[in-house]
Amino acid sequence: MDIKEIIKPENLVYKKTGLMTDNPLSYCPGCGHGTAHRLLMEVVDELGIVEDTIGVAPVGCSVLAYDFMNVDMQGAAHGRAPAVATGIKRCWPDKYVFTYQGDGDLAAIGTAETIHACNRGENITIIFINNGIYGMTGGQMAPTTLPGMRTTTSPYGREVEMMGNPLKITELIAQLPGVHYVTRHAVHTPRAVRKTKKAIFKAFEVQKEKKGLSFIEIVSNCNSGWKMEPVASNIWMEDNMFPFYELGDIKIDGQLVTK
Amino acid sequence: MKELRLMKGNEAIAEGAIRAGADAYFGYPITPQSEVMEYLMMEKPHERTGMVILQAESEVASINMLYGAAGTGKRVMTSSSSPGISLMQEGISYMAGAELPCVLVNVVRGGPGLGTIQPSQSDYFQTTKGGGHGDYRLLTLAPAYVQEMYDFAALGFELAFKYRTPVMIQADGLIGQMMEKVEIGDQAARFTEFDQSWATTGKKGRERNIITSLDLDPARQEQHNIHLQAKYADIVKAEVRFEEIQTEDAEYLFVAYGSSARISQKAMQLARAKGIKVGLFRPITLWPFPTEQIDAISKRVKGILTVEQSAGQMIEDVKLASQCRVQVEHFGRMGGMVPSPEEVLEALEQKLIGG
Repeated sequence: MDIKEIIKPENLVYKKTGLMTDNPLSYCPGCGHGTAHRLLMEVVDELGIVEDTIGVAPVGCSVLAYDFMNVDMQGAAHGRAPAVATGIKRCWPDKYVFTYQGDGDLAAIGTAETIHACNRGENITIIFINNGIYGMTGGQMAPTTLPGMRTTTSPYGREVEMMGNPLKITELIAQLPGVHYVTRHAVHTPRAVRKTKKAIFKAFEVQKEKKGLSFIEIVSNCNSGWKMEPVASNIWMEDNMFPFYELGDIKIDGQLVTK
Repeated sequence: MKELRLMKGNEAIAEGAIRAGADAYFGYPITPQSEVMEYLMMEKPHERTGMVILQAESEVASINMLYGAAGTGKRVMTSSSSPGISLMQEGISYMAGAELPCVLVNVVRGGPGLGTIQPSQSDYFQTTKGGGHGDYRLLTLAPAYVQEMYDFAALGFELAFKYRTPVMIQADGLIGQMMEKVEIGDQAARFTEFDQSWATTGKKGRERNIITSLDLDPARQEQHNIHLQAKYADIVKAEVRFEEIQTEDAEYLFVAYGSSARISQKAMQLARAKGIKVGLFRPITLWPFPTEQIDAISKRVKGILTVEQSAGQMIEDVKLASQCRVQVEHFGRMGGMVPSPEEVLEALEQKLIGG
């Protein structure tokens, strides 16, 4: 197949997402953030809501999310994205508002803002990237770090007696009446990517219908922080993260999913 | 005919915000300013004008809701008292950095720590010298009358949008709680005529907008800081506000703001009845501070007494302004104690006149 053949539209298998900027991603090669960004922007584009969408970036690895997502965005203080999103949404109830947050941002320093925005049933969408570690600051223990997992601040593994338990905040917020849709996904295989995109679609539909808050956790790898090669980190994630953070729907249409 | 009402300071600033066409208020209860949100909730401005009111889970959440809403170009306000304002400092610094307009109200109570719920003026340093991190300034208005609580809401929004910067209305528990006659103005339109092309409202017909205080490139961050400093220099040039009472023939000068200015005015009358020629200089903007004006007066008085319900915070700016030309002393009560006019007069006589 020569170059002329390759660039024929019918042979197109993949292209750059239209709603991503041309800025080079700041993420480590192998990290799931880029895929999660792309899916989010694809959904906003495909729903035709580009002109009515305002995003909120957190503090953490995705602190520069607004460099890559080509929509109106605000950068929030560490952990405060749900409060910032509340301020935006309350003033512009017909706009689409999302936050994009990591585990340290959402489940440690920002726990109060997360829980109260969820409990008030703010009509926003929260995308929660859980990689069990503080990536940006160099791999410290996160609220979601697994028992026994090594990080720079739990160098001999997370000792639950000393350091406390990992927080399953997604299961916790699913209990709140203001939350309409809660689901947990991954972006490490084509199948997982397709499922995650479908979930993001659903979340924005929920927001459109003003039914309450929608919350998507994406369990992701942090090959740099975990000190593994990308493929090995994804295998480790399947073997260790998924049994603890089980993938699938947790709450649909305001009803907890019973398993 | 003008509408007159008897109101608490906290109620007046709430009504002032509604009438100024505020779009949103986010707050958290704390004494002695809880009447602000209580009044707003009672008045249902969401029905009167469409103004959004939300009780947040904390002051930290309030200030960040304010950040988000301000970032969409809306006229937004929060209020709190000293410990709550301490919690907001991170957000205030972020808003200054991201150049977001907003009105903040601090009805100051005594500290440090949980301190007391009684009036104080001991947050002068926090408000005028930083509070949060980084090189920023807070344009600060200090009301001394309930009428000014009402008026400064509109003025605060005007200044906040003129310079795209947070504006602090620094009252104290006395001004917040006391009742006075207030002249109520007309309802302003909620639609703001200010330029909103910078705000995040969805990128319709333009490139995307980004609201952030972050720039990891030091050269660009320095340029941003230079831009902020130029803006603060413009504010210093154009926005100094003050009031002078009987300073023309004054041999001694009280410098006081807020409730201390009211007390000092009475002390001034007592002094003049005894034949001591005292004048009162009242800074209305605490930052920018009326440095030039105090410099000028200090050339013709024998001594200056700053009166502030603190251990002596504003006195540092008065000393800098008067360049040690005359004796400058401080008198104040702390921990929620309010000085009497007689105490102020006695301090003047003892510290400056002698005997």
